Amino acid sequence: MTVFENKQAFFDGVRDGLPIGMAYFAVAFSLGIAANNAGLTPFQGFAASALVAASAGEYAGFSMIRDGATYLQMAVMIFIANARYLLMSCALSQKFSEKESVFHRLFVGFYLTDELFGIAINRPGKLNPYYSYGAFSTSIPLWAVATALGIVTGSALSPGLVSAFSMSLFGMFMAIIIPTAKENRIVLYLICASFILSYAFSVLPVFSFISSGTRTIILTVGISAASAMMFPVKEENTNE
Amino acid sequence: MNNIWIYIFIMFAVSYAIRVLPLLFLRKPITNRFIKSFLYYVPYVTLAVMSFPAVLETTQSPVSGAIALAVAIFAAWKGMAIFPVAVISCVTIFITELFLV
Repeated sequence: MTVFENKQAFFDGVRDGLPIGMAYFAVAFSLGIAANNAGLTPFQGFAASALVAASAGEYAGFSMIRDGATYLQMAVMIFIANARYLLMSCALSQKFSEKESVFHRLFVGFYLTDELFGIAINRPGKLNPYYSYGAFSTSIPLWAVATALGIVTGSALSPGLVSAFSMSLFGMFMAIIIPTAKENRIVLYLICASFILSYAFSVLPVFSFISSGTRTIILTVGISAASAMMFPVKEENTNE
Repeated sequence: MNNIWIYIFIMFAVSYAIRVLPLLFLRKPITNRFIKSFLYYVPYVTLAVMSFPAVLETTQSPVSGAIALAVAIFAAWKGMAIFPVAVISCVTIFITELFLV
C-alpha cells in the first residue's frame, strides 16, 4: 500500500460514509430520546454512542439502565444484542490481508456496524483499513452528536413528537430484518414466532414478572438455538 | 442505583470484544454448523423480540404503534431502504396520533 493508495481509499470511505451518517442521524436522535428516558446526560449519551456505535445494542443497554439491571445482566444483554457483529467480524477477518498489522485490526474493529461492515465487505479485493477510517470519519460523529441532541431536545419536545421520533428505531429494525425474511422463508417464520412468543411472555402471568431485557435474552437464545438445530443453514447463506 | 459510567463501560467492553477478537485471532472461517446457524439466526430473532411488544409501550397509543410497525414491515417488504422506512414509520405515528390521542 502506497501513501497515495491510502489517501485514495480514505476519500472513497469519506464519500461512502456520508449517506450512512445522514441515515444514522435520524436513528441516533431517537436513540437519544431512549437515553433521556434512562437518565443519561447528553455527554453520557455522546460517549455511549461514540464508544458502542450499535443501534440495537445501545437501545438494549439504555433499557437495562432504565430498569436498573445488574452489571452482569447488562453484559449478557449486550452480548446478545450485538452477537451478530461476531459473525460480521469473522467475515471481515477474511477480508484483511494476512499480513495486516494488529494496530489496524484493533482500529477497524472499533466501528464494525451493520452499514459500515456492508460497505467494507463490498469493496473489491483486500480491505485497505484507510477506507474504513474514511467512512468512520463521516458517519460516527453524526451518530454520536445526534444521540446527544436527542437527549437535549428529548425533554423539550411535545409528547407527540417524542412518540413519533421513538418509532424511527423500530422502523430501522424492520428495515434490517424484513428484506431477508422476504428471501428466506425460515427467517420469515422465525420473525413471526418471535413476535408471538415475545408478546405471550409479556402478558402471561407466569412469565410477565421477568424484566424485558432478560426476556429478550431468554427468547433470543432459545428461539435461535432451536432453529439452528431444526434448520441448520446451508453453506451459501452464511457467506456474507 | 448503579453507576451509569460503569454501565457504559460494560456496553463498550462487551461490544468491542465481540467486534475485535475475531479480527485479531480468526484466520480461518468458522466450520461448526450449529454455531454458524445460531449466529445467522440471532440478529433476526433479537431485533424482532426487542421490537414487539415494546413498540406498543413506547408510543403514546398502542394502536398507533401497531399501525406504524405494520407500515414499516410493509415498506421494508416493498424494498425501501433503512432511512425512508424510519421516516415513514415516524410520520405514521405522528398522523395516527393526531386522531387517537
